[in-house]
Amino acid sequence: MQTDFVKLFELIVSASLINNFVFTRFLGLCIFFGVSKKMETAVGMSITFTSVMMISAGISWFIYNYVMIPLDITFLKIIIFIGVVATFVQASDTIMRKVSPDLYYKLGIYLALISTNCIILAVPLINAGEKYTFLESIAFGFGSGIGFALALIIMASIRERLELADVPEPFRGLPIAFVVTGLIALAFTGFSGLITI
Amino acid sequence: MSVEDKISYKELVLNGIVKENTIFKLALSLCPAIAVTSSLRNGVLMGVAVLFVQVMVNMTISLMRNFIHPRIRLPIFMLVISGWVTVTDMTMAAFAPDAYKQMGLYIQLIVAFASILARAEMFASKNNVVPSMFDGLGMGLGFLFALTVISFFRELLGKGAIWGMPIIDAKPLLIMVLPAGGFFAVGILMGLFNWLDRKYLAKATSSHH
Repeated sequence: MQTDFVKLFELIVSASLINNFVFTRFLGLCIFFGVSKKMETAVGMSITFTSVMMISAGISWFIYNYVMIPLDITFLKIIIFIGVVATFVQASDTIMRKVSPDLYYKLGIYLALISTNCIILAVPLINAGEKYTFLESIAFGFGSGIGFALALIIMASIRERLELADVPEPFRGLPIAFVVTGLIALAFTGFSGLITI
Repeated sequence: MSVEDKISYKELVLNGIVKENTIFKLALSLCPAIAVTSSLRNGVLMGVAVLFVQVMVNMTISLMRNFIHPRIRLPIFMLVISGWVTVTDMTMAAFAPDAYKQMGLYIQLIVAFASILARAEMFASKNNVVPSMFDGLGMGLGFLFALTVISFFRELLGKGAIWGMPIIDAKPLLIMVLPAGGFFAVGILMGLFNWLDRKYLAKATSSHH
């Protein structure tokens, strides 16, 4: 039991810091650059993202292990996972609107953006590829969500200051954001080798 | 189909490569642009895979456009895209196993490309097969062009080689093949293209009119 817990913790640390989705795996960049302009949206996106990621990791795990493996249709995993994720996002959108309109008002628009995001799809694909157990899948989803949240919030706080900086004209907007991300990624390389799984 | 008469195929292709270049102009589908471009070979392979998927998806959607109910079009588009991505994925796994090991995940994630869905929705679902094919060709070539340029510079500076063949004898800039280098390369190239755009294209269009 003790070792299990240690392994889960290691998985979370590794998914969030060492193999951070944005800085070392380069996933979810469109959303990363899209919503990191303001701190408020970045925080809202992070919360929605982490919860959707954990739940969809869990659901996909059940479908992969109890439906796809027995039926021997694992080669259809791309089609099935994207269906699962899109259905789940749509369902939670509808449920949230009915059950808690306040929360929907705050987070609903991020939910709509998420459905075709590559990180959300990458988590079930990686879970299936690495043959993680149920708890490990959830932990991996959680760690990835935290990592993405960390990246978004760091970036948002830098970009708010970048607005005031004197940037050469062709570099305004996205190009300078890329260069800044490169600098953060350089800092994140410092985490490599922290834990080896 | 009055639109088709006015737009020539050449313009359709050029539009995808220059005016609406997926990476440098629209800043979409950025993930693989950085992830697989540490060597020219992988960059070109990824570009070809995307080109293939884009053309096939555009043609399929265009053939099916009269049978798709508008209300459920997005799920159908996703289904068509993921079908063609699965085809590409399995072909790559069979014929290029080494490259597939390095970039398999990113091939599978072509399915989440905003640019492919956008072309299906904006162009292929409203036009005939042949223009849709050329539109897909243009967008795909634009993507291939961007990936080739990025990976060319990254491999040249980071490993001192092109397509695996060493050219420069000096000590390479290791940072360019690291993740951070990918962001730098894309950022700097984007800035460069913006600058070129302002300097030449803006002038050319203003003198024409």
